[in-house]
Amino acid sequence: MLSIKKLHCEISGHKILNGLSLEIGPGEVHAIMGPNGSGKSTLASVISGNENYEVTGGSIHFLEKSILDLSPEERSHLGIFMSFQYPVEIPGVTVSNFIKAAVAEQKKAQNEKPLTAGELLSLMKENLALLNMDSTFLSRAMNEGFSGGEKKRNEIFQLAMLRPKLCILDETDSGLDIDALRTVANGVNSLRDINRSFLIITHYQRLLDYIKPDKVHVLSSGKIVKSGEASLALKLEESGYDGI
Amino acid sequence: MSDEKKIIKDVTEQKYKYGFVSKLQSDTIEKGLNEDVIKIISKKKKEPLWMLEKRLKAFEVLKKLKQPKWAKLDLKELNLQDIIYYSAPKKKASLKSLDEADPELIKTFNKLGISIEEQKRLTGVAVDVVIDSVSVSTSFKDNLAKLGIIFCSMSEAICKHGDLVKKYLGSVVPAKDNYFAALNSAVFSDGSFCFIPKGVRCPMELSTYFRINEAGTGQFERTLIIAEEGSFVSYLEGCTAPQRDENQLHAAIVELVALDSAEIKYSTVQNWYPGDSDGNGGVYNFVTKRGVAHENAKISWTQVETGSAITWKYPSCILKGDNSTGEFFSIAVTNNHQQADTGTKMIHMGKNTKSTIISKGISAGYSNGSYRGLVKINRSAQNSRNFSQCDSLLMGSKCGAHTFPYIDVKNCSSTVEHEATTSKIGENQLFYCNQRGIPEKEAIALIVNGYCKEVLQRLPMEFAVEARKLLEITLEDSVG
Repeated sequence: MLSIKKLHCEISGHKILNGLSLEIGPGEVHAIMGPNGSGKSTLASVISGNENYEVTGGSIHFLEKSILDLSPEERSHLGIFMSFQYPVEIPGVTVSNFIKAAVAEQKKAQNEKPLTAGELLSLMKENLALLNMDSTFLSRAMNEGFSGGEKKRNEIFQLAMLRPKLCILDETDSGLDIDALRTVANGVNSLRDINRSFLIITHYQRLLDYIKPDKVHVLSSGKIVKSGEASLALKLEESGYDGI
Repeated sequence: MSDEKKIIKDVTEQKYKYGFVSKLQSDTIEKGLNEDVIKIISKKKKEPLWMLEKRLKAFEVLKKLKQPKWAKLDLKELNLQDIIYYSAPKKKASLKSLDEADPELIKTFNKLGISIEEQKRLTGVAVDVVIDSVSVSTSFKDNLAKLGIIFCSMSEAICKHGDLVKKYLGSVVPAKDNYFAALNSAVFSDGSFCFIPKGVRCPMELSTYFRINEAGTGQFERTLIIAEEGSFVSYLEGCTAPQRDENQLHAAIVELVALDSAEIKYSTVQNWYPGDSDGNGGVYNFVTKRGVAHENAKISWTQVETGSAITWKYPSCILKGDNSTGEFFSIAVTNNHQQADTGTKMIHMGKNTKSTIISKGISAGYSNGSYRGLVKINRSAQNSRNFSQCDSLLMGSKCGAHTFPYIDVKNCSSTVEHEATTSKIGENQLFYCNQRGIPEKEAIALIVNGYCKEVLQRLPMEFAVEARKLLEITLEDSVG
């Protein structure tokens, strides 16, 4: 599904990714761990097309297609979704209006007919229930005055609405208390599917207690230095990154 | 940063969409300003003598005044002798229905998507159309007349309702108020007059579409709305103008009188030609709008300003009576080389008076937008309150947003709150939207609409739709 080969990238002349390679198959869940500054969030940004990062070498293929020349929205329409570490506030734009715009653009790009207002609303309600949120949430402005937990739930809510093929979760667990973490993890688990892959970026093992990964990778100085099964994360928790 | 550059470039290159000239036959006098010109205007309009005297007095005042320079505007001295002061579309006697109107006129409306027929049929709005100064078509007058409501052109009111006009015209904005007010008082061409009798709720939104049409014609509109005790009226004003090479001066006066317990809601969508992308041409808009609220009365101004090369406009409320309320909700968009200095004045005189100011500025391109507001609470205005919120949104790094709040409180039982923010459409916001599949153009429309929401929702429904469209058109193609 996702194939990254020898990826190099930099921001303002500063090299961050240094020949990173990664293969994710359909339905697989991969976790990426690593110390601060190792390039985890950069990887998420580069896959989703953030133009602040300059790719200086290597390739990214998604569904057998090179995506390096595609705009962020084109990548989104292909089925790439990123849950942001720091979701932005958009004052005055309600969650429902935002989702409506996003779903409409997706349908348009895929040459499908738009959802009716009724269809959209029932879909929204269904997905809110998945994340233990009530419908007043829909009329609040995007991330404005949201608690850390609400922001992350809003991300997963959008994920559920847009049904992407590749879900990148960038430190979705940061800023969550244990209950919110469980809710978010349950939401993610219910969205696991043989055709949907996950790339989970995290500092801590605890999220992986709830979302079991197929593979764990350790990122250091811009490349993957170790890969293993779920047990690798436990080992990291015990001995730290210096232990490998 | 490349996105921002694109935004600036594309906004700057965007052409004015409503640039066309309709070929109406016009009856125009020589340019220049002197007593004779004023006499000709008054005569052409068959005005009574008292009106001519009022005009001449205003002209005397004007001669002693100088063009104000305090606004943050880059403006050369205007040459009043270089302007045509009267232009009326020629009409075949008087019109009974739209069929009799000039087909070119109807075409103009069709191009704008505001055909009178459609307006009448779909919205039930009575439209008093002012094209180049003279009201051509007035509708629904009969229905309104049954309730005792008068809604007609100012010229007609001067002839038919002289007592009311004599009593109230200039009572809120006297000729000596400012330079442009004096100019308007001397040479005003036409405008709307509206009278709502005691206890009557006007059953429909009253609306006038203004349109400047004759090349080089200054338009000097004069509007007077009187709401008697306990009455209510909602008035809509909307404008678009054809593309021009030379500057067009517009100096209007709007006066509102809300007697005890009356309420006047005045909404404006303004989209005059802003000049080309180098800042040439465009309408100069110097407007004096003011209302007086008597006891328990309420005056509410809502405006969406996207046009004009230069805007100088401060819709104000004099809260004269106890417990009266004033509101000002504004969206002002500037792009290319547009300049806007706009805001409001809230003068608290009565006890327990309240005012609210919500101002949203959006600056793009090389433009400059300023909010200038005065909140004045007199000694007599015990227990009064004001809340002001002035937000600015910047697109790109070549534009400017400025806020000049003046606060003057003369008693200690009153409360004044002022909040101001300046923000930029962030790359982060755009990227977030893009990641969700929303392209830049749609993302900007979404963000801007969200930012303006508090003001947009104050507008009557059909106006809000138009305003939203206007914001989108103004910022359309602002990204590649």
